[in-house]
Order: sequence, then structure tokens, then C-alpha cells
Amino acid sequence: MYRYDEFDATMVAERATQFRGQVARRLSGELSEDEFKPLRLMNGLYLQLHAYMLRVAIPYGTFTSRQMRMLAHVARKYDKGYGHFTTRQNIQYNWPALVDVPDILDDLASVEMHAIQTSGNCIRNVTSDQYAGAAADEVEDPRPYAEMIRQWSTFHPEFSFLPRKFKIAVTASDNDRAATRVHDIGLRLYKNDAGETGFEVIVGGGLGRTPYIGHTIREFLPKEHLLSYLEAILRVYNTQGRRDNLYKARIKILVNTEGAERFGELVEAEWEAIKGGEIDLPAEEMARIDAYFAPPPFEALSVDSAALDQSRQDNDEFAQWLRVNTVPHKIPGYAIVNISLKPIGGIPGDISDEQMEAVADIAERYSFDEIRATHEQNLTLAHVKKDDLFAVWQALKAADLATANASLASDIIACPGLDYCNLANTRSIPIAQRISERMGDLEKQEDLGELKIKISGCINACGHHHVGHIGILGVDKKGEEFYQITLGGSAAEDASLGEIVGRGLSSGDVVDAVETLVGFYRDNRQDKERFLDTYRRLGAEPFKEALYAAA
Amino acid sequence: MKIVTANRLEDGAVVYLGDDDRWTESLADAAQFDDQDAENVLAAAESRVEEIAGAYLAPVDEDGAVSARERLRETIRSAGPTVRLDLGRQSECCA
Repeated sequence: MYRYDEFDATMVAERATQFRGQVARRLSGELSEDEFKPLRLMNGLYLQLHAYMLRVAIPYGTFTSRQMRMLAHVARKYDKGYGHFTTRQNIQYNWPALVDVPDILDDLASVEMHAIQTSGNCIRNVTSDQYAGAAADEVEDPRPYAEMIRQWSTFHPEFSFLPRKFKIAVTASDNDRAATRVHDIGLRLYKNDAGETGFEVIVGGGLGRTPYIGHTIREFLPKEHLLSYLEAILRVYNTQGRRDNLYKARIKILVNTEGAERFGELVEAEWEAIKGGEIDLPAEEMARIDAYFAPPPFEALSVDSAALDQSRQDNDEFAQWLRVNTVPHKIPGYAIVNISLKPIGGIPGDISDEQMEAVADIAERYSFDEIRATHEQNLTLAHVKKDDLFAVWQALKAADLATANASLASDIIACPGLDYCNLANTRSIPIAQRISERMGDLEKQEDLGELKIKISGCINACGHHHVGHIGILGVDKKGEEFYQITLGGSAAEDASLGEIVGRGLSSGDVVDAVETLVGFYRDNRQDKERFLDTYRRLGAEPFKEALYAAA
Repeated sequence: MKIVTANRLEDGAVVYLGDDDRWTESLADAAQFDDQDAENVLAAAESRVEEIAGAYLAPVDEDGAVSARERLRETIRSAGPTVRLDLGRQSECCA
């Protein structure tokens, strides 16, 4: 785990003090809302429908039990007893009072947390693979690079007023769990034919009203040049990105207007001028950051656990959770555990203060004190001994956190939608809840296999509907909520944008439609095809026919 | 007809401009203004910067109900999230 050095600690404490002064001036009327808004957004504070909303950063999704307990404390003391994990590995609170926010930021700072870079037109919190440092399929831990990017981008004077917000994701695996191809910059660390590790640099992906899959502008970037290359990309964007039109201001518009090849040439030219300069970290500094992410003291264990085999045989419910929610670890005798924040019929990503405390206790006891937030609004325990899996499951079950649905039909991403969000046109959570209930039976869901359903309550696409195997977009028609279905999207290594199938449906009909589509897949799949594979094999037409024949 | 709504500055709670020019938490107590007057009333309300933020006009029909297009949004603002009936004003029970 990264620990703050004196610079980090000073920076965060000074920022909290500065914001306290700004809040006081706003409350006295000395600052107008127009003057205050950019200041509060620099500290993750939005004004939503019912209240303010505070978004707290969790850099690359990794945090400790102590930090989780502080998040629980904030939920209890200043909010309404819960928090909401987002699609960028952050957590947000839906009800903080402005007068309390300075105290909240002080409390967060006491455990090395803050709300910096969670809003505004800056480089946002960098995200990564929730299995980092544990995945059997990674070339190395991507988090040291994510941490380098965090340090480089924090309060970067040149990039504090970009044309628009800017999101970077890093993975070190061929199985992309960080949605790198739909970020402003996606970085994939891999080993080339010569045996060297470096980055594939993907630029200009994104969702929102103009979705794009990113373009690879550099096949292989030696990792020691990561920061100078990022600096070159940001410089080109900062000077050439559009500032005249909010809807055309993201880097994806620039990349796709210029063409990826031309954009890449501009970056390479800029990079030539700065590479090897003072921006790239010297080897000893990279090693210093690396050291923070040294593997925890794993025990030497055999691959199999007799205790686990016994529990699996004795308890079918546990066996099912084990099949669905755990993943192979790179160290023998360990496993990765996914904690679903998608109970059947629940609100995706929501977690109560008691549940936060429970996760903190479990992680402290069984997973080296470390917790991960995922971009799919779940949590992960990265390093659990197989011998302990049954105890972990029992503890999770006692906290209502053992739903065995990781990556299944009820593991739905949904934005907060009109129940909370000022930008939304329609609700999205109730649709997620009804689909989850309709898909209910976990054995049937397991039989359906991986199925990514993603729901957004407006065109801004915070619910990632464009990249859902089944995507749902809420649209307002004269005060009524309608939902448009897209099919065939993916945010993984096989990234693609979904295609719209037909007209908008009412909130009741959309749940039936999802059931029809899933049924059509089940009847037509071959071998071990996922929904997405069958869709890609057959194309949109038969799915559309099935949908509208039923309607 | 229009009503003036905003978020209270100190805690963000949804408020409405009432008949006595004071902010009220009750949608039912919101004062109604002719469309011609509403812009002036809004401008005056917006100048009360130490009390509220994000003021705007919402359309209401003759019965004082928010008009169709904005109805769901304003109902949720007034009552609370439809997915958490235990939160917001909908959870504060009747006297």
C-alpha cells in the first residue's frame, strides 16, 4: 500500500484548511454560488437534487481497513448511514451538509484520504485493475504506475484547467478489468517479443453522448517514459482540444477529428522535445514507489486446501459462491474474493456503515488489511487464503454481502439516475432492481454465465450502457420515462459499442424485454458461448425479431 | 404559473419560496407567480446568496401541482429518492 510522505500529507491538510475558509466565505455570502462552484468542485462537492454530494477519491481503488472504517464513520456521523461506490472506484455520499464538509475533509485527511480530483476539468482519480498484485494473468502489478500518474497529475499546474475532465485507466493484464479502451487514456502494460515490459497507449475512448472506442497511438512505450509521454498527450490536448463547445471538448473528439494517426504524430513530436528530461522519473524514484506495493508476506502453501474441499462438499450455497465470486490467485493456496454490492433487488454500489465495518474487519483478519473497489461497483479482497474462504464467506453472509452473482445478470452497473442526480432525465436504479429481481434465481443466473447489464439515466452514460452486453438508456419523453436498449457492447479487451435495437420501451416493458433477450440467447447459444458471443455470432436481427415478436 | 425552488445553502435541502417571502420546505406552501412576474421574483431570490443556491422556476398547473414534464423530478426533490422511502421528507411521518 502507498503511504503518504510529508509532501502528500502537507498538501492534503493545506487543501482541507483552504476549503474550510472558502466554505466560511460562502456561508457568509462573501462568495456567490457562481464564485464558489468551481472551488467546491475542486474538492469533489456537487449540488444534487436533495442535497450536496461529496465524492471521495480512492486512488486506483486500493484502500485499507482503517480507511474503510473512516468511510463508515463519515457515513454515520455526517450522512445517512451509507455510501455509494461509483464506476471509477470512488465512493460518494448523498446527503452531506455544506457546513459539515470541512470537518469531513479533516476526518478523511487523518487517514490519508481526500476528495481532490474527483470533479472538475482536471486529470481525475486514476483507476486500475481491482485484482492488481494478485491476478494470475498480470505481467506485473500496475499500481506503482497508477501511483506515479497520481503524483504527476495531482495539482499539475499546466493541466488544472483542461478543456474538459480527463480519465486515465491502467491495466497489466490481457484480460481488461479496467475498461481501458473507453477512457481518455488507457494504458496496457505487457511484455513484448523481446521480453521487455512497456505500455500500449490507447487514446480517445469514452462514453457519454458521443461514444468511441480508443485508438492505439503507440504500440509499445518503454515504461520509464510513461510520464513524459502522458505529458505530451496532455499538452496536445490542452492546446488543441476545443473549449468553445462543452459537448466537443473531450479528447475523444480531438482524436477522432484529427484522426488517430495525425494525433499520434502530434504527440510524438511533442514527446521528442521533452523525453529524457526531468518529467520521467529516475530509476531510484520508480523503485521507491515500487517498494510501497511489495507483495504482502504470503505463506508458502500448497495449491489445494483440504479444509476448503470439505466445506465445498458440505455446503452447496458456499460451493456456488466459491464458483461465482472467487478467482484464481497468482500465489498457490490463495484466492481473490469478490464481494457483491448487488444484492437481489438492491441498489447497485450502495453499502451501509455496518457493512463497511464488516468488510474492514474481514479484510484486516483475512486479506492483509487491504480492500479494493471495482469499477463495476463491487469490492474485492485480493489475497485470501483458501483455508479461510469458508470463514470469509460466513462473515460476508452475516453482513448480507455474500450474493453469488459476480459478473452475472444481476451484477448490474447503474448510475444514481433521477433518484439522486441533477443531470438525469430518468431513474435507473428501479430498473436495475426489477431486472435483478426478475433474474433472481442464482442457479439460473450461473447457467446464463457472464452477462453485463449496464443502465444509464441520461445520455451522459455514467452507467456505461454503451458497453453493456445489454445496455439500457433512459430517455425522457414529455415527462414520461422511456428506456432504449443497446446490445453487443463490451468494456473488456474485446471492447465494442452496443447497437440500438428499436424504439424506447416503458419501464415495465424494458424488464420484460431483457427477459426475452436473455431467453433468446439461452435457446440459441452454442457450447460455452456467453450472451455477447451469441450476439456477435448471430448479429442484431434475430435478437430484434425475438424482442418485437414478443411485444 | 411558476414557483421558485432552490437548495438551502447550509445543508442543500430543497426549499420553496413561500407567500411571506420566506423559504419553506413544503411544496404545498410554495407561492405561485404569474409567468410575467416570475423572472423578477427569481432574480430577487437569487440575490439572497447567503440563504440558497441553484434557484430556478418550476412550472405548476392551476392546482399547484408541478406540470407534467417536470413532475417526476420535482416529486423526487420534494419527497426523496423513490428507491429509499426511508429517506427524505417522505420518511418524516405525519403528525
